[in-house]
Amino acid sequence: MSEIFDPARWRPAPFLPEKEARDRALIFVVAVLCFLACLTAMGVLAANRAAAGWTGQLNGDATVIVRPKGGETPDAAAARAAEALSGATGVTEARALEPAKAYDLLRPWLGDVTDLEDLPVPRLVVVTLDARHPANAKQLNAALQSQNVDATVDDHSVWIKDIQRAGDLVRWLGVLVFLLIAAAAGAVVAFATRAGLAARRDVVEVLHLAGAEDGFIARLFLTRFARIAGLAGLIGAGAAAALGVGLRIAGGGEGLTPALPLAWSDLAAVLPCPLLAALVAAVAAQVTAMALIRDMQ
Amino acid sequence: MRYGRGPDVLTNLSFGLAPGSFHFVTGPSGAGKSSLLKLIYLAAKPSKGLVHLFGQDTTSAPASAKPGLRRRIGVVFQDLTLLDHLSAFDNAALPLRIAGRKPADYRNDVAELLTWVGLGQRMDAMPATLAGGERQRLAIARAVVNRPDILLADEPTGNVDHEMAVRIFRLFVELNRLGTTVLIATHDQDLIARSGRPVLLLENGRITARSAPEPRPPEPRPSGPVPA
Repeated sequence: MSEIFDPARWRPAPFLPEKEARDRALIFVVAVLCFLACLTAMGVLAANRAAAGWTGQLNGDATVIVRPKGGETPDAAAARAAEALSGATGVTEARALEPAKAYDLLRPWLGDVTDLEDLPVPRLVVVTLDARHPANAKQLNAALQSQNVDATVDDHSVWIKDIQRAGDLVRWLGVLVFLLIAAAAGAVVAFATRAGLAARRDVVEVLHLAGAEDGFIARLFLTRFARIAGLAGLIGAGAAAALGVGLRIAGGGEGLTPALPLAWSDLAAVLPCPLLAALVAAVAAQVTAMALIRDMQ
Repeated sequence: MRYGRGPDVLTNLSFGLAPGSFHFVTGPSGAGKSSLLKLIYLAAKPSKGLVHLFGQDTTSAPASAKPGLRRRIGVVFQDLTLLDHLSAFDNAALPLRIAGRKPADYRNDVAELLTWVGLGQRMDAMPATLAGGERQRLAIARAVVNRPDILLADEPTGNVDHEMAVRIFRLFVELNRLGTTVLIATHDQDLIARSGRPVLLLENGRITARSAPEPRPPEPRPSGPVPA
């Protein structure tokens, strides 16, 4: 008996070789896919936060355009409108916008006109709404009509709908991109499983003829590729998290861009990535391996 | 039986092997000896006809029943089919692992068997580093380690010297005494002649049962333990 080899200390070796030359390429591809998936997830979270912030801001106030009646001056009409709105339910504050500020709002469209004051510019009243129970356009109109003020209420509902639609679009695009990346990862693993089975056909045949069940053989490949994908997921998620930390530190609260504010909590989106990658790989390897083993028979 | 759209390799075969019997199958190259073994160890399906194994028709057996049948068959393949990334010990222990046995229950048996076939000093060697005869003996050890109900061997003494051929034959005889049915495909007429066992002659895809040849005086028994 061998002096070096001691059967009492023998431990069964894995049926499949632990390392293959093509493993590195597979880890790289899956890691890149996981990196992109994590960036997508963080981007979607940031976009959600941005949309929620903009909606909240627009929901918090309304603008009233006041037209003077009879011999009333525009400033007097605006003051009367502000007074009427101040007492309305769901309004925290209403104030007439100073004419100079109203002109400033028009200047970008009209240019540097010297006699802007001569134009019949309507006066504006800025209404700050109650955060918990904001007044709607109907209630504001009723308050204005009760004081016989000729005015138009803009509660920003058109903008809010647009922003909500844009937010939904970003969300669904994010989900679509995420699913595409997951499908690509699954296809890559399925391809790798197919190549692995072809390269290790000898192992499959020997195990098969020694009485191993199809599920037993498939599980060898499932375990192998799930482990590889889990490792790749860890690398991809780590890289995405590192980029997120860098962006958060470099960009402050603005994170990715001012339009996509990234919070520290968004980095948690990368946590499920290794598990999901392993899961996708496991399913792809199992399905592929079972189909190929059946074909071999 | 035929491969794909090719000609029939085996035709009109009808024979039975009694449990616990010992047969040789011989014939010229290309006569279909390996194909016949493939039919028995469920690596091929007959294009027509039935194959009964352990009282069961394997041609109509569900796929789920085949692993259980295969575990009762030990096979020494002509091309050996050793796994190059596993040590000699791991290769020999493979059927026992697949059968779900615990390493503590069989590691000594595997070591004993490898020693008996002359690989006691090469248990941790990788197959690629073994000589042709050593590889053949390892393949035989793997085939018999699980004490199969039927042992099929395709040219099992093709790469070993005379003394080792006799030793391997005695191992087969020992297994046969313990109840294993043995079928050996070989060109080794000398081994057949010495064995005194019945021979199935395969020619042109047809098989003919032949009377057992007169046995020669037994070879001196090689030293070394016989697996219990």
